[in-house]
Amino acid sequence: MEQVRERPVLDVSGLPSVAFGKSNTTWLANVLYMMIEGTMFALLFASYFYLRTRTDSWPPVQDPPLLTYGVINGIVFLLSLIPARYAQKVAPTGDRGRIRLALTGLALFAIVNMVLRGFELANLNCRWYDNAYGSIMWSLIGLHTGHLITEFIETVSILGIAFTPKMEGTRLADVAINSDYWYFVVGSAVLMDFIIYGTTRFL
Amino acid sequence: MAISEPIVLPHATDEVRLARTWAQPRGFWGWFMNVHHTAIGVRFMVTSFIFFLLGGVLAAMIRLQLSRPENHAIGPDLYNQIFTIHGSTMIFLFAVPMMFQGFGVYVVPLICGTRNIAFPRLNAFSYYIYVVGGLLLWVGLFLKTGADAGWFAYTPLSGPQFTPGKRSDFWAQMITFTEVSALGVAICLATTILRQRAPGMTLNRMPIILWEKLVLSFMVIFAMPAVMVVSSMLLMDRTINTQFFNPANGGDVLLYQHLFWFFGHPEVYIIFLPGAAIVSTLVPVFARRHIFGHLAIVTSVVATGFLGFGVWVHHMFATGIPQMSASFFTAATLMIVIPTAVQFYCWIATIWNGRLQMKLPMLWVFGFFFVFLIGGLSGVMLASVPVDWQVHDTFFVVAHFHYVLIGGALFPMFAGLYYWIPKITGRMMSDLLGKVHFWLFFIGFNMTFFTMHFLGLRGMPRRVYTYPPEMHWGGLNMLASVGALFMAAGLIVFIVNFFQSKATGTLAGPNPWAAGSLDWATSSPPPEYNFAELLTVNGREPLWDNAPNQPIVSGVRDDIPEVLITNSLDSEPQHKDEMPGASIWPFLTSITVSIAFIWSIFSPWGIAYGAIPVVITLIGWLWPRGHSPAPRQPALEGRWSK
Repeated sequence: MEQVRERPVLDVSGLPSVAFGKSNTTWLANVLYMMIEGTMFALLFASYFYLRTRTDSWPPVQDPPLLTYGVINGIVFLLSLIPARYAQKVAPTGDRGRIRLALTGLALFAIVNMVLRGFELANLNCRWYDNAYGSIMWSLIGLHTGHLITEFIETVSILGIAFTPKMEGTRLADVAINSDYWYFVVGSAVLMDFIIYGTTRFL
Repeated sequence: MAISEPIVLPHATDEVRLARTWAQPRGFWGWFMNVHHTAIGVRFMVTSFIFFLLGGVLAAMIRLQLSRPENHAIGPDLYNQIFTIHGSTMIFLFAVPMMFQGFGVYVVPLICGTRNIAFPRLNAFSYYIYVVGGLLLWVGLFLKTGADAGWFAYTPLSGPQFTPGKRSDFWAQMITFTEVSALGVAICLATTILRQRAPGMTLNRMPIILWEKLVLSFMVIFAMPAVMVVSSMLLMDRTINTQFFNPANGGDVLLYQHLFWFFGHPEVYIIFLPGAAIVSTLVPVFARRHIFGHLAIVTSVVATGFLGFGVWVHHMFATGIPQMSASFFTAATLMIVIPTAVQFYCWIATIWNGRLQMKLPMLWVFGFFFVFLIGGLSGVMLASVPVDWQVHDTFFVVAHFHYVLIGGALFPMFAGLYYWIPKITGRMMSDLLGKVHFWLFFIGFNMTFFTMHFLGLRGMPRRVYTYPPEMHWGGLNMLASVGALFMAAGLIVFIVNFFQSKATGTLAGPNPWAAGSLDWATSSPPPEYNFAELLTVNGREPLWDNAPNQPIVSGVRDDIPEVLITNSLDSEPQHKDEMPGASIWPFLTSITVSIAFIWSIFSPWGIAYGAIPVVITLIGWLWPRGHSPAPRQPALEGRWSK
C-alpha cells in the first residue's frame, strides 16, 4: 500500500541493526543489573563493618580464613581477564572459531575458580551458624559464588550458541556484554577477598 | 514544499503488515505469551487494584474491630495478621506495582513514541513473578500462616525465637518476589527512557513523567536490594540458623532496621514520585499551558531521588541513636521538604497562569494538593525528635503516613486512571459518577484519618486490637470507622463507573483531553504496534509544539518487530533493534523461579535443587530460535531528508 503524503521524513533505513558497546540496549541493561548486584555487595560490606562494631575482637573467636586458596583464586580471577578481554575483542569480527576459543577459555577459568572456591569455603575457619561473623562471611562469599556460577552458566550457554549459525547479529554483541559481566565478577571478587582475607587480619 | 506536489514516502507504512508483525497471540496460552507493554501494563494495574481492594477489605475489618472499645469480634492473633497483611499488601502489592510498574509500563513507551518497552519478556516475567509473590502472602493468610509481625517485620519479633512457624518466612519471600519484579521493570523502563525516545525528544524536552520514571528506576535499583538483603538475612536466621540479628551471638537487631529503612524511606518516594509525575502531567493539560518551571521540577525530582536515601534514620529516632545522628537526620528530613514544595509552587503557578478546565481528573489533583499537604505538614512535625518521641508508634503516625501515601499515591492514581482509562479502553468514564466517587472518598478519607491525629495525641498506640472504654477513644474511633464506609462506597461507585464506561461509555477518540504528549498521538486503545507512523518531536509537549510538517521517521522495518534506538542525551537515531516476540518462556521461568523461592522457605536445598529447572527455563527463554536476527548493516548516520 503506498501512502501519498506531503511530509518530510527522517530516513533511518541506513542505520545498522546491531550495535556494540554503549549504544547497545543490552549493554545498558547489563550495567543496570551490575548496579543492582553492586548495591547488594555494598550493603553486605556495610553490614560486615557494622557487625564488626558489635564485638571486641575480629574474628570474635575463630582464626581468620586460610589465606592460600583465597590468594591463588584471586590470581586466577585476574588471569581470567585475558580470555574475557579476548572474547570482547573478537566478538565484533563475527569469527565463530575465535569466539568459541575465547569462551572456552573463559569457561575453563570459571571452572578452576569454582573448584578453588570450594577449597576457600572449606578453609574459612567458621560456619555460618557459629555467630554473626560466620553468617556475614558465608553470605558474602555465597553471594559471590552465586554470581560465579551464574556467569559460568551464561558463558557456557553463549558458547553453545557459538557452535550454531545463530551466533551472528545481536548474539555477537552478547558475547562482548558477557565479558563486561565477567569483569564485574572479578572486580567484586577482588574487593571481597580484601575484606574476607584482609580485614579479618588487621581490623 | 508545495501542497500541489505530493511525494511518495520512500518507506510507506503498511499498517496491515505492522499489525501482523506486532500481533500478540490470542487464546488461553496466548495470554501467557503476550509481551506487549500495553497488555502487561494493564495487567499490573488490574492485579494491583485487586490487591488494593483485598487490602481495603482488611482495612475495613480493622476499622470494624476498633469501632468500639472492648470489641472482641477479631482476636489478637488474627488482628496481628490482618494489619500486617493490610500494610504489606498496600505497599508491596498495590502502591509500587500500580504507581511504578502499572502506570510506568503502560504509558512510558507510548510517551516515548516507541512500539514496545525494552526487554518485553523481562517485563512479562516481572508481572508473573509479582502475582506469585502476592498469592504467596494471601494464601498464607488463608492457611493461618499469615505474616503477623507488622509490614516491616522487625527483629527480634519476626525472628525464630518469637515467631516460630512459617509466618515470617512467607512474608520474607513475598518481598523477594515483589522486589525482583520491581527491579526487572526498573531495567525495562530506564532502558526505554534512555534509548527509545522519539528523535528530537532530547533530555531538555523530555516530559516530566519520563524524568520521574527514570529517577524512580534508579531509586528502585539502589533501594530494593536493601530489602532483598535484609529479608534474605531474616529468612536465613530462621531457616539455616545464621545469627545476623541474634545479639547473643554477635548479631544486632538494629542492623535489620538500618537495612530495612535504607530501602523503606526511598520506598516512600518511590510511591510518591509517580503520583507527583501524574500531577505534573495533568496540570498543564487542564491548565491549557506548558508547565511552569519545567527545569525546577526536574531538578526537584532528581534532588528528591538523592535526598530520599539520606533520611532513613528518622524512622529510628526512638531506638536510642546518638544525638548527633538524630540532628543530622532531622535536618535531612526537613531539607527534603524543599524540592516537594518547589513542585507544589510550580503546579500552583501553572494553574494560576493557565485557563483551568476543572475536569474530573483535575478534581482528584486538587484532592491530592489538600491531602498530601496535610501529610507533608505532619511529616515536618515528626521530623522533630521530641515530637517524634512523643507520638512514636501512636495513631498520629498512622494518620501521617496515610495522608502521605493515600494523598501522594491514591488521589493521583485516581486522577491518572480517570485520565488514562479513556486511552486504555477507548471510552470515557462518567463525569457524574466520578464526582460522586471523589466526594465520598474525600470526605470519608478525612473522617477516618484526620481523626487519627487526635487519637494519637491522646495516646492511642497503633497495632492494639482493642482498648478499654476508660481511655475515651471510642467516639473518635467510631467516627473513623464511619469514614471508612464512605470510602468503601466511593470505591464501589468507581467500579460501577468503570464497567459502565467499558460497556456504554462515550467513545474517547485519540485525544479526548487535547493533551500534548505522544501517548495521545495514537488511537484509543492503541494498536499493538502503538503508532502507525513514528513521530519526531520538536518540544516538551509534542502535539502542541510540533510544526505542521514535523518529519516522521521512515526506514524502520515493518516486517520484523523493529524499533529505533536513539542516544540518551540528544535522542539522535543510532541504530535499529529487533524486539523479542511473544514467548511462553517468561511465564515458565516465573514458575520455576517461584518453585525455588517457595521451596527455600521449607528447605535451604530448595534454592540449590530449584536452580536446575530455573537454568533450563532461562536457556529456553534466551536460546535464539525462529528466524535469525535482522542481518547486520553497515553503520550510517541517520539523516533528515525531504
